[in-house]
Amino acid sequence: MSSTAPNAGGQTKAEEEDFEPKIIVFCCNWCSYAGADLAGVSRLQMPPYFRVIRVMCSARVDPEFVLRAFQKGADGVLVAGCHPADCHYIGGNYRTRRRIALLRILLQQFGFDPGRLKLAWISAGEGEKFQKTIIEFTDVVNELGPSPIGSSD
Amino acid sequence: MADKIKIAQYWGAGCGGCDVALLDIDAKILDVHALAEVVFWPIGFDGKLADIEAMPDKSITVSFYNGAIRNSENEHVAKMLREKSVVMIAFGSCACFGGTPGLANVTNKEEVFQTVYKDTASTDNPDFITPQTHLKVPEGEVDLPEFYDSVKTLDEVVDVDYFMPGCPPTVNLIALAVDAVAKHVTEGADLPPKGTVIASDKTLCDECDRERVETGRRIEKIYQSYEIKADPKKCLLDQGIICIGPATRAGCGSMCPKANMPCRGCMGPTKAVMDHGGSMLSALSSLLNITDSESKLSEEQIIELMMQVKDPLGTFYAFTLPKSLLRRTVTEKRKRKG
Ligand code: SF4
Ligand code: SF4
Ligand code: SF4
Ligand code: FES
Repeated sequence: MSSTAPNAGGQTKAEEEDFEPKIIVFCCNWCSYAGADLAGVSRLQMPPYFRVIRVMCSARVDPEFVLRAFQKGADGVLVAGCHPADCHYIGGNYRTRRRIALLRILLQQFGFDPGRLKLAWISAGEGEKFQKTIIEFTDVVNELGPSPIGSSD
Repeated sequence: MADKIKIAQYWGAGCGGCDVALLDIDAKILDVHALAEVVFWPIGFDGKLADIEAMPDKSITVSFYNGAIRNSENEHVAKMLREKSVVMIAFGSCACFGGTPGLANVTNKEEVFQTVYKDTASTDNPDFITPQTHLKVPEGEVDLPEFYDSVKTLDEVVDVDYFMPGCPPTVNLIALAVDAVAKHVTEGADLPPKGTVIASDKTLCDECDRERVETGRRIEKIYQSYEIKADPKKCLLDQGIICIGPATRAGCGSMCPKANMPCRGCMGPTKAVMDHGGSMLSALSSLLNITDSESKLSEEQIIELMMQVKDPLGTFYAFTLPKSLLRRTVTEKRKRKG
């Protein structure tokens, strides 16, 4: 997840301009949602292609939610939770971390670039980290282009 | 013969096990015989599709369709039997969820043909001749079914009334279905509501009598079942052997754990679950060792921990890939740099 070069893929100019990625962001109520909120009230600029879904804890993000998002054509999914040791429900984010790691292996087996699924730790005070995460993730998804769902039918 | 109901049994992309399973019901087969006349059963006796085609609509009481939909013939017969039958039953895991043949959804027609008609060691086919759906030869014209890119479930191509999961469905579940139909025919009892899965609504773990760790369940390490000698009394998952029981529908009597083997999930997902694999992935991730030093583990260590699950797709979707949310593999158009 290190690439930050904007639109570095091999796509044509036209495709590049037309592509408006659909990005789903799951934010836990106690840290990341507050972080997203802070980014908002601080008027930090971000690419507008993401939709935030608030969940009580990142561990509430059932793998089915992520698979469902990709099934419905999401180009990228970001799961954001409290930093290790900070989860409101003590160990929720540790479960999340395992699930997302395994889900990324699974998605790769399904043929997806695992970069389309990202996990980030964002605290309530980290509005800037939220902004940076969104910018970087949008870059990655832009570079990958539209979701391959339905490509092999 | 006049009062007997008519039943049909067909195999799509299956292994034949489901056909045999129907014969496995011992004395119950006499009930079937007293009640029904088998009008079509390709594995059992010679029957012609044209004869079925000539029958009036809804003249067959029950059709048991086993096997998945792999080619246009499977689909054609499914549609025909649907028209001719009052009740259409998806019989076995292949018809219900794609089953083992459904794992072919990690590949496609082109790759399957490449392997089967070219790459296998015993194949000598330098011109790479593959089956054509239509061919003119001096003797006349021949048609072959079209092989599909993806394996489909029965309910993707026709309206299905009941689902009987299992690879193959067990004798007691078949007996349940036979009884329900018999009661309907002889006593006018209501059939179960449409869409009923003829099995249990619980999870397999509920009917498994192995001892589970009730609080603080955790797995230290994941083993393939051949790597350790499993304790015959304790829950297999607690011993680190991946058992799909927590995500799987009960009804088989937890046959595999009884034989000291982990469940592979042939009964399909439980009622509340959309995706069998996602559900098992969730259950397994929650069990893996979470310790006090957890917050110090790096992301790399977590990946290493989870890499112990060899082949998650094949493990978690061994019977249900075509029925999963993603249904099949996809191909990314672009590769990301670095
Ligand atoms: S469900 Fe199992 S027994 Fe039945 S046809 Fe499929 S593979 Fe064979
Ligand atoms: S995980 Fe497997 S062995 Fe353990 S209780 Fe469930 S079905 Fe039985
Ligand atoms: S234990 Fe699992 S794999 Fe074995 S028969 Fe039952 S559902 Fe199928
Ligand atoms: S509450 Fe934020 S990750 Fe659990």
